[in-house]
Amino acid sequence: MVYKEIIIAMCRSGILGFGGGPSVIPLIRYEAVTKFKWLDNDEFGEILAIANTLPGPIATKMAAYLGYRQKGILGAIVSVLAHILPTCLAMVVLISFINVVSHSAVITSMVSAVIPVIAVMLGLMAYEFAEKAIKGLGIYVGVALTLICLFLLQYISIHPAIVVLIFLTYGAFHFNLKDRIFHKKERGM
Amino acid sequence: MILISIFLSFLLSNIFGYGGGPASIPLMYEEIVNRYNWLSNAEFSNMLALGNALPGPIATKIAAYVGFGIGGWWGFIVALAATVIPSAAALIFLANIMSKHRDSKIVKGMALLVQPVIAALMIILTFEMLQDSYISLGWIQTAAIAVISFALLQKFKVHPAIVIILAFAYGGIVVPHLN
Repeated sequence: MVYKEIIIAMCRSGILGFGGGPSVIPLIRYEAVTKFKWLDNDEFGEILAIANTLPGPIATKMAAYLGYRQKGILGAIVSVLAHILPTCLAMVVLISFINVVSHSAVITSMVSAVIPVIAVMLGLMAYEFAEKAIKGLGIYVGVALTLICLFLLQYISIHPAIVVLIFLTYGAFHFNLKDRIFHKKERGM
Repeated sequence: MILISIFLSFLLSNIFGYGGGPASIPLMYEEIVNRYNWLSNAEFSNMLALGNALPGPIATKIAAYVGFGIGGWWGFIVALAATVIPSAAALIFLANIMSKHRDSKIVKGMALLVQPVIAALMIILTFEMLQDSYISLGWIQTAAIAVISFALLQKFKVHPAIVIILAFAYGGIVVPHLN
């Protein structure tokens, strides 16, 4: 049952993803790629990249796309609802207890103990994407481009969407340029 | 009338919130507190604290809370629809075009060149999370939890859900007694 898979995957990642939308990505990826094998890792990365060029919450975009891929529009709706409804309803129910919950030392400690786990998952994902960049572009270009991105994003604070767009634009010409340079070398020899 | 204001305010703050949910928080603040006076400044920070204590995307939690508070269940639905649907529809549209042309050189090049950007974005997020954790737990506990969860995830292939629940339990049972 595909709907059952969608609901399990999205509920689980929605309820366990602490630290806002972007930190839910490794969990969504685990469900979609490793657990239910809806798509492979490369494709997940591509979708994530496109999602980063668009505005709005990242987790719901990914949930909608993955649901859509499996079961069309209805799949997208089921997927997003499974991902956000449990915590959105919790928000509404907890309105009356807001002071108790948001100032409870135990709850704060519980959430903060999960953050290092999320950091590890994000770090592992970073490693895998860097590995793929190196595999596809060679070690020097792969590492150099990753460092350039870090520099652009972190030190010059260029908006991520703009960096993604720059790289996508160059990427569209990458293989054609590479072919042309390669052919020139062959002719020169 | 109120539903239209709810729709517009969440639509605008999410369409201009580039960089995922957390990026649109300041824009939502502008709409909710300064423009419509739906919440006071203190109420907004309380809500944000509650939102951060709960899992899942932050933008939708804020939309649910404010939408319900202002417009009841219809407000809840309208605020969430305005937050989620436009960007989700745009992604589905773009991703469909991409996957139809997966074998073209152009799309292949784009897919390859985007890898270093995603790697860099993930590295930055990792550091931000570690920094947050350092502030709330200190280095020793951050490192201990990170090393143990790395081993569980990578070496023993434990499901991430279980690792998170373990960390949650540790945070609830052990951490409050340490400080």
